[in-house]
Amino acid sequence: MRGQLLAIVLAALGMASVHAVAQEFNLAIRNHKFEPAEIRVPAGKRVSIQVTNEDASAEEFESPSLKVEKVIPGKSKGVVRIGPLTPGRYEFFGDFHADTAKGVVIAE
Amino acid sequence: MFGALIIVFREVIEAGLIIGIVLAATRGVNERGRWVATGILAGTLGAGIVALFAEAIANAFEGSGQELLNAGVLGTAVVMLMWHAAWMARHGREMAIEMAAVGAAVTAGKRPMTALAMVVGLAVLREGAEVVLFLYGILAGGTSSSSLFVGAALGLAAGAALSALMYYGLVSIPARHIFTVTAVLIALLAAGMAAQAVQYLDAAGAINVLGTQLWDSSPWLPQDGIVGRMLHALIGYTDRPTELQLVAYFATLAAMAALTWLSTPARAAHARVV
Repeated sequence: MRGQLLAIVLAALGMASVHAVAQEFNLAIRNHKFEPAEIRVPAGKRVSIQVTNEDASAEEFESPSLKVEKVIPGKSKGVVRIGPLTPGRYEFFGDFHADTAKGVVIAE
Repeated sequence: MFGALIIVFREVIEAGLIIGIVLAATRGVNERGRWVATGILAGTLGAGIVALFAEAIANAFEGSGQELLNAGVLGTAVVMLMWHAAWMARHGREMAIEMAAVGAAVTAGKRPMTALAMVVGLAVLREGAEVVLFLYGILAGGTSSSSLFVGAALGLAAGAALSALMYYGLVSIPARHIFTVTAVLIALLAAGMAAQAVQYLDAAGAINVLGTQLWDSSPWLPQDGIVGRMLHALIGYTDRPTELQLVAYFATLAAMAALTWLSTPARAAHARVV
């Protein structure tokens, strides 16, 4: 209900989003670690990663090289859209638990 | 404790630098303290509300609600800054003359603080929501809450001190230059916000053009270092900008310049004659 209300409010503000077709990948946050810690994606394409935070605490998916900074509340999901990427390694981390939450996107 | 300190410090300087610019730009305005305090209070309240609805926001629009909300907040702030710039161009000159003639205290007049108070509120909202979520997450994770709050309080104090330092640096500029300096700072601030907003729209999948990265200056001046972060908050420095970000940045600067030019009374009068 709260979500619906909010969706209506945001839509009323004229923020409609158009979604391009993108290849989807999944990533989980468990005990402040990313699983899997390595994702291989096609280079030169839009890619979307569905991040599921299974922990009770919020995490921030952050990567300067992927230009992403996104808070994912505890016990919820978020979609991270990246690319098109040139081939290479792109590191990401969980800013709220940077010691343990580390991972890498490999574009090839 | 150290994690809390760093995160709170980072978010506080980003909002604090914006508050510093607003305070410097409104020196001598009646009750500006109350306006800015209201902005900070409303922003803090808003941050709590955003954090409360974080899950619903995150799940809205197929997982892009947060990006769209951020883009909306930044876009609104850019519009408010433009409104302020146009107003200042129309009235700034007479104010500067008055200021020189009768001293800063009398120039207060009826300058509208609504736009800038909103900018302050939106900045606090954006940075604050993240802090609330982070602190709540640690609490839920079972870290001792006293060390957490010590860290957060230290981070807040350090961030506020750095912002205050910048503010005093700005107000030490002679009065006859301060309008020009703050006008330039506000234009750069707006341009940086616009560049961030388009990146959020790109991350939300709402825009899908000009996404190619132009350069990578992170080895020389990383955006996540202290200097990089301050430059990011102040002038929108980005170490890996996309084409669209650069376009948005310069388009906003051009729009600010055009607004200022068109609103300046002498030119407006001239334009009417011709």
